Amino acid sequence: MSNYYQPEIETASREKILEIQNEKIVKQVRHVYDNVKYYRDLMDSKGVKPEDIKSVDDIKKLPFLSKEDLRIAYPYGLLGTDLKNCVRIQSTSGTTGRRVVAFYTQKDIDIWEECCARAIVAAGGTNEDVCQVCYGYGLFTGGPGLNGGSHKVGCLTLPMSSGNTERQIQFMMDLGATILCCTPSYAAYIGESLAEAGYKPEDNKLKAGIFGAEPWTEEMRLSIEKSLGIKAYDIYGLTETSGPGVSFECEEQTGMHINEDHFYAEIIDPDTGEVLPEGEKGELVFTSLDKEAFPLLRYRTRDICVLTRKKCSCGRTHVKMSKPMGRSDDMMIIRGVNVFPSQIEAVLLKEGYPPNYQIIVDRVNNSDTLDINVELPPERFSDKVSDIQAKEKSLESALRTMLGIGPKVHLMPPHSVERSEGKAKRVIDHRKLHD
Amino acid sequence: MSVKQLTAFIENRPGKLRDMVEAISKADVNIRAMSIADTKDFGILRIIVSDTEKAKAALAEICVTSVIEVIAVKMSDKAGSLADILDVLDKAKVNIEYMYAFTAPANNGAYVVIRVNDNKSAEKVLRENSIEMLSDSEIQNL
Ligand SMILES: [Zn+2]
Repeated sequence: MSNYYQPEIETASREKILEIQNEKIVKQVRHVYDNVKYYRDLMDSKGVKPEDIKSVDDIKKLPFLSKEDLRIAYPYGLLGTDLKNCVRIQSTSGTTGRRVVAFYTQKDIDIWEECCARAIVAAGGTNEDVCQVCYGYGLFTGGPGLNGGSHKVGCLTLPMSSGNTERQIQFMMDLGATILCCTPSYAAYIGESLAEAGYKPEDNKLKAGIFGAEPWTEEMRLSIEKSLGIKAYDIYGLTETSGPGVSFECEEQTGMHINEDHFYAEIIDPDTGEVLPEGEKGELVFTSLDKEAFPLLRYRTRDICVLTRKKCSCGRTHVKMSKPMGRSDDMMIIRGVNVFPSQIEAVLLKEGYPPNYQIIVDRVNNSDTLDINVELPPERFSDKVSDIQAKEKSLESALRTMLGIGPKVHLMPPHSVERSEGKAKRVIDHRKLHD
Repeated sequence: MSVKQLTAFIENRPGKLRDMVEAISKADVNIRAMSIADTKDFGILRIIVSDTEKAKAALAEICVTSVIEVIAVKMSDKAGSLADILDVLDKAKVNIEYMYAFTAPANNGAYVVIRVNDNKSAEKVLRENSIEMLSDSEIQNL
């Protein structure tokens, strides 16, 4: 039997959830239209009025917001309330372009922390737990979010922040931490460090970990679970929509329940913007239903995933999202199959080729073609054509296994794949020129 | 006895081959023999030069190269001499990967470069059958 932090809403009937969403969206669109000039202008230019939005079914009429809009509107352009009502900001690391600064009222923070509390309880947390939070504290949302959630659940909270692994381990062992919150890569590192310090997985009191803020695979989950002797739960969120806790895994570990009373999720075709039916893979779009200070409507996350409303054994009724599979700006659809450059790169590296490659997509006789130019490392060069062709064939077969479609590999001399000063131009899609 | 062959991986792009030949001649190196194998995507240039190390250094900036040992045999004037050589190698179960011919105007000689899978066995049977092979120093002086 599962535990819930807010059982009445987490297990509410679909009708009840829809009723809450419909009520909130009408208010929220009005709130945004009246207070956020940037979005009001977008709605006006699309000819959409707040009174056109009567239920979540009408959300598809609203304009999208993208990361680019956040850049243009930086810093105050998307603020939904007077600064005097705001109590905090959080920010992204700003690795690409200008950083995102998100604002919070006290109510926004309470809701955010409740969402994190739901995640902690879903991972088995109670007020008897000792929750070690080693996400970074500060501008990054990870530490503050899980810290707040841990308080709400009533756990003894260890606000460790990230780094200083020796001290993490000392506190973990001395104070008997039972729940670990950090990035999956740091969890793996802690597991390694524990083993190096001579501890066996059963020596620690940990029972669960809540790991997020970066993509991780099922293989990584299994390895962390083994090294720490815990059950590892995924948590998802982004600064733009508040932080971690937008969705979280339950004990079934087959996707993350989205907190639908606060966020309305859509999956769209990243090229056309069209809303896709449940179960189809596409770009995840969030509409904040009740945020006051930073109320983003139809924010394109660029994360590619699938939504499912299939009944979950945990008893929660909120829609589940799969782990994000990649960024939409990178996705190609070739012969009906979704292909990410990152998948191709992973195969190349695994097969011992350098990450100098170019992907060329075209359409010949109504059929998509996928060609990959890869540089041949000098040490693999041969004076025999047949040797090089055999290498191409073997790489093609490894790629076919990974992608599900067969590419044509062209091995090229080193330095023949075009270099670029900035972000590498990996994909050339000639189909877009024909259309 | 074997000789050094310089091999270069080249892009199928106009001007690329000219750049390479130019670089070699600028380094004062003579090309004795040349063969190109190409596919749609790339070419493999195989050359025998008067100074392999110098040529390799001259090409370093332009392309990837490697040096391998190949066998260069002198052909006699009589008909069927190439067939005889191939027959000798075949009987010794030496596989030929590729071959190409060249001439040396200075001495009116005709030669064949043979890339085999096993240089040692090839040299042995060729010697046993009194087939004349070139050495690196002979190549230099051709
Ligand atoms: Zn569940």
